[in-house]
Amino acid sequence: MRYKFSNLNFVKIARPVFISAIVLVLAGIVSLSIFGLNYGIDFKSGSSVDISVSKNVEKAQVEPFLNSEEFGKYTFTSGESRISIRFEEALTDVQQKKLESDFKEKFDAKASFEVNIVDVDIAKEQEWNALKGILIACIGIVIYVAIRFEWRFAISAVASLIFVAFMVITIFSIFRLEVNLPFILAILTIIGYSINDTVVIFDRIRENLRFAKLKTDSDLTDVVNKSISQTLTRSINTVVTVAFAAVCLFVFGSESIKMFSLAMILGLLIGAASSIFIASPLWHLLRRKAKPHQKAKPQSAS
Amino acid sequence: MKRLLTFVFVVVVAFGAIAWTSPHLLDQTKLGLDLKGGFEILYEAQPLNEGGTVTKESLKETAKSLEKRANKTGVAEPEVTTEGSNRIRVKIAGVSNEQEIRDKMKKPAELEFRSASGCAADAGYCKVELVGSDFVEGAAKVEYNSLNEPLIAIQVKDKAKFAEISTRLVGKNLAIFLDDDMLSDPVVQQPLTDGNATISGQRTIAEAKDLADTINLGALPLSLTEKYTQSVGATLGQKSLEDTALAGIVASIVILLFMLIFYRLPGFIACICLLVFVWVLLAVFWMMNATLTLPGIAAFVLGIGIAVDTNIITAERIKDEIRNGKSIASSLRSGNKNSFRTVIDAHITNIIVGAVLYFIGQGTVRGFAVVHLSSIIINIATNLFLARFLLLLVVKSGRFNKPSYYGVKESEIRAL
Repeated sequence: MRYKFSNLNFVKIARPVFISAIVLVLAGIVSLSIFGLNYGIDFKSGSSVDISVSKNVEKAQVEPFLNSEEFGKYTFTSGESRISIRFEEALTDVQQKKLESDFKEKFDAKASFEVNIVDVDIAKEQEWNALKGILIACIGIVIYVAIRFEWRFAISAVASLIFVAFMVITIFSIFRLEVNLPFILAILTIIGYSINDTVVIFDRIRENLRFAKLKTDSDLTDVVNKSISQTLTRSINTVVTVAFAAVCLFVFGSESIKMFSLAMILGLLIGAASSIFIASPLWHLLRRKAKPHQKAKPQSAS
Repeated sequence: MKRLLTFVFVVVVAFGAIAWTSPHLLDQTKLGLDLKGGFEILYEAQPLNEGGTVTKESLKETAKSLEKRANKTGVAEPEVTTEGSNRIRVKIAGVSNEQEIRDKMKKPAELEFRSASGCAADAGYCKVELVGSDFVEGAAKVEYNSLNEPLIAIQVKDKAKFAEISTRLVGKNLAIFLDDDMLSDPVVQQPLTDGNATISGQRTIAEAKDLADTINLGALPLSLTEKYTQSVGATLGQKSLEDTALAGIVASIVILLFMLIFYRLPGFIACICLLVFVWVLLAVFWMMNATLTLPGIAAFVLGIGIAVDTNIITAERIKDEIRNGKSIASSLRSGNKNSFRTVIDAHITNIIVGAVLYFIGQGTVRGFAVVHLSSIIINIATNLFLARFLLLLVVKSGRFNKPSYYGVKESEIRAL
C-alpha cells in the first residue's frame, strides 16, 4: 500500500494552519489561566487512595464511613470494583493504616490499596524539575540541529514540539483530565517522538535541497512539498503503529496508566500532524524570508 | 547459497539464545513496586540537634542504616538512595508488612538518656543527660556476663561528659527513652571514665538485642520526615502487571503482523530485529540490575515506537529506490546509505533529550531517562546494524530479486 498525496500543497495551506494553531495556543493560554490543570495529588499535595475491591461496595455506605474517619476534606469516585478517594490533606502513616484496616474490616477483607501521599513542596519541585529538564533538552536540540542542519530547522523543530506538548496540556486542561506524575512521562515521551518525527522530514528536505535549483519561491515550495509527500507513507505508518501500541495500553492497561496512554495517543497524533503541517511550513517561511526577496511568480491554483 | 546459510545460522542462533535465556530473564527482571506491590518513601532529613547540619556523610550513613534496617526485616533488595543534599528515597517492592517496616524506618528519631536529678517528685525522669548522637555509631552490641546473661555494651563519644554524669548519678537511675517511651531504667553502678558502659538486666537475648539496635539507630544524628509516599497493594500491583503485559502482547503481535504484511522481506527481517531488540533490552536491564517500573514501561513504548520507525524508514527508502528503477542490490545500497543518516540524526537528538533528563531529573524522570537512553543505543545496534547485515545477506544471496518481495508492485517501477 502506498499513500498518494503527491499533489497536496502543504505550504499553501500554511497560513490557515498557522492561524488555527495560534488560535489554539491562545485558547490553551486562556483555559490554563482560567481553569488551570486538574492536578492530581502528585502536584498538589494531599493523598490519593485507590482501592480495588473484590465485591461490590455501595457508594452510599462508603461516604458515611469516610466522614466518620475525619481525615479532612475529600472527593470520592467509585467505579466497578474500584474506589478512588482524594484527600486534600496529606495523611500521616497512622491515618493511612487506620483507613486501610477499617476499610478491610467494614467492607472487604480482600481489598487492595494504592496510596500516594505527597507533601506540597515536593509536588512543586517535581513539576519544576520536569519543566527545567524539558527546557534544557530543547536548548540541546536547538544546538544539535543547528549544527547538523541549520538554525532555521532548529527553531522550527522546537516550535513544533513545544506546540505539541502545549496542545496536549491544553486538552487536559479543557477536559479536566487528571494530571499526575505519569502525565509528565507522557509529555517526555511525546517530545521524544515528536523530535524524531520532525528530524526525519527535515532530513529529507535537506537532502532534496542539495539537488534543487532554488530560483524562485515556488522552487522552495516544491522542495518542501516533495519532501513531505516522499516521507508521508513513513510518517503515517509509524504514527499508526505507535499509536496502536498506545491504544492497547489505554484499552488493556492498568488503571494507573490510563491517563498516561491517553496523553500519549493525543501527543502522537498531534505530533505527527505538527511535523507535517507546522514544522515544515514554518521552516519554509523562515527560509523564504532569508533569501533576497524575489518577485514570486503568480502561483497557479492547482 | 553461502550467504543464505549464514542468514539462517544467525537467525537460528539469535532465536535459540532468546528461547534459551528468556524464561530466565523474565524471571530475573526486577519489577518495581507499581507492578508488584510495595512502597516508596521520600524522606527529608533534618538534624536532630539544634545547630547540627546535614552533611553528605551523615546522609549517606543514614541511608546505609535505613538499608540495613530494611534488610533486617527480611524484604528482598530494598533500594535506598540519597538525593540532593538532605533527602533519602527508599523503595521496597513486594512486601506484606509495610506498616511494620515503615515504623522501623522512622523509629530511631529521638533516643534520650534521662535522669531524675533536680526533678519534682512526681515528674519522673525529666533531665535529659545524653541524646542519641552522643553515642558512637554502631558501637552498641550484646555481650554476655559470666552467668551468660545478656549485657549491652555501649560507647559514648565524650568521655569527660559521661564520667561527670555517671559520677553524679551513682546509685541512681539513668533511664533510656525512645520517642518518650521508656525502654529501660538501669541503675548506675559506678563512675564510668573510659567512655564504655554496660547495661544489664535485660531478661532475654532478643530484648537485649532490640535495645542495642535501638541505641545504634538512635546514634544516627538525623531525623526523617516522610515527604512523599506511594504504596501499592500486592494484588493491585499484580493486576497492573497482568494488564500491562496483555497490552504489550496484543500490541506486539499487531505491530509484527503489520511490518510483515506491509514490508514483506524487509518487514520479516524487521520482525526478527524487533524481537532481538526487546530481548537485548531485557538482558541489559538484567545486567544493570535495574528495576522495571511505570516510567520504564513508558520509555519502553517509546523505544518500540522508534525501533519500528527505524525499520519503516529503511524499508520505505529501499522501496523508493526500487520504484525509481534501480536493481534490488543497488536499491539496498543507496537505501541503506540514505536512511542511515536520517536515523542517526533522529537518534542523536533523542540521546540529547535522554541525557539531559538523566542529569537533571530525579525519581520518575530519571527512571524514564535510563530506559530511554539504553533503548536508543540498543536500537542502533539491532534495528540499524543487525537489520542491515541480515538484509544484505538475503539480498546478496540473489534468491529474492522480485520487487514484490519488498512490497513494490511491478507497475509502480519507473524506468531509470
